[in-house]
Amino acid sequence: MAKLKSWKELPCGAIIEDMKAVRENKTGAWRSVRPCWNKDKCIQCLNCWIFCPDAAVIVEDGKVTGINYDYCKGCGICANVCPTKVQAITMEEERK
Amino acid sequence: MILAKTGNEALAYAMKQINPDVVAAYPITPSTEIVQIFAQYVSDGKVDSEFVAVESEHSAMSACIGSAASGCRTMTATASQGLALMHEMLFIAGGLRLPIVVPIASRSLSSPLNIHGDHSDSLASRDSGWMQFFCESVQEGYDTLIQCVKIAERASLPAICAVDGFILSHCMERIETFEDKSVREFLGPYKPNWNLLDYKKPILVGPATMQDYYFEFKRSQIEGMNNALPVIEEVQEEFKQKFGRGYGVIEEYRTDDAEAVVLLMGSACGTMREAVDAMRNQGKKVGMVKLRVFRPLPHKLLKETLAKFKTVAVMDRADAVNSYGGPLFTELTSVLYDAPQRPNVLSYVYGLGGKEFSLADAATVLEQAHAGKKEDLVTYVGVR
Repeated sequence: MAKLKSWKELPCGAIIEDMKAVRENKTGAWRSVRPCWNKDKCIQCLNCWIFCPDAAVIVEDGKVTGINYDYCKGCGICANVCPTKVQAITMEEERK
Repeated sequence: MILAKTGNEALAYAMKQINPDVVAAYPITPSTEIVQIFAQYVSDGKVDSEFVAVESEHSAMSACIGSAASGCRTMTATASQGLALMHEMLFIAGGLRLPIVVPIASRSLSSPLNIHGDHSDSLASRDSGWMQFFCESVQEGYDTLIQCVKIAERASLPAICAVDGFILSHCMERIETFEDKSVREFLGPYKPNWNLLDYKKPILVGPATMQDYYFEFKRSQIEGMNNALPVIEEVQEEFKQKFGRGYGVIEEYRTDDAEAVVLLMGSACGTMREAVDAMRNQGKKVGMVKLRVFRPLPHKLLKETLAKFKTVAVMDRADAVNSYGGPLFTELTSVLYDAPQRPNVLSYVYGLGGKEFSLADAATVLEQAHAGKKEDLVTYVGVR
């Protein structure tokens, strides 16, 4: 385990500039329901990508390609903002 | 330029001259006018500020935090229940070390409901990691608010600039104002330490810290407050150099050969000066010490200054409802505990809910301080 820093070494206001630590802290295990994305139904409106509070919607070349389950906490906002007629994202129980 | 302005008008005028990037506010008595007048400046195109009208003070401070985290010079104004509703967010602004500046028309907290001046609201926020300035006059409020912006940015700490509700906020005074240009020159452009919206340099603001790091971050914040005192003195000196008016962290009034002094904050210092003069005319060696900066508490300076007197009467315009006097009294006795010579310390709570603090009241306090004793541990001045 890395040596813990003293208070004198800490950034003012607890601002984290090193995003490595953030990437290494995988928070997806908190999830109890998971968004399931259906490639065929998706109309690529990118609503889910805009609204996801955790940047867990994977977009490549301007198109949604999936969900990053390492960080998705299952809040369901993506499913909620997916246009009603489309329903390309549905929330399903995590342990099935 | 010499102008006639109420406290609220003067503070709003200072805000206009400061020309902050963002003001997010919800109006509340008695500081309502600050927000109202500032909104008028925005509508009239007198400032470049983005004005965000929000639905509550909790939201006002939340918006201010977002704005300050995005590298904007940010202000709001509030009072009483409004400051109380901001309470949760005050700690977040403090911990994030965001230099938000808030003029407050300080007043009592409900219940019972009361709209008048005392220090209950600001002193209830004393542990939130904000600097706190208490002003004696409208002029001092105007000057201090301008100083606060520079101090807050240099110390990376938020600041409250309190004027007594109604007593100062609604009373008109002759004040000497500066040119807009001079104020903006004095402040210079704001150079934030970091900016949440700088996508080329991504950062995380407000991380979760557990048992291993929370305390260390708090220790670092405490050091920030320790370091603020020299910053305040530095900016006060720069202000004096530029504008010719100077203020200290504390001010001593006729204390040279004084045996007893009264320590207090805010508008009542004006009343106390008159009472001291009257007592001096009777040949009684009394004086006054005005505390202008309550956070950071200038504990070393207070100890050096006050330990030499026989008696110090401490006057609080708020009560901590702890059965042991107001916040200033308990802190001052703590400061003096290890002084080489400890003066008698007398506790007075006065003026709650705007109760008049008259010259006669001030004279009574001075008489008792001069005598060096009184019967009760805490005296509630003027209470029937």
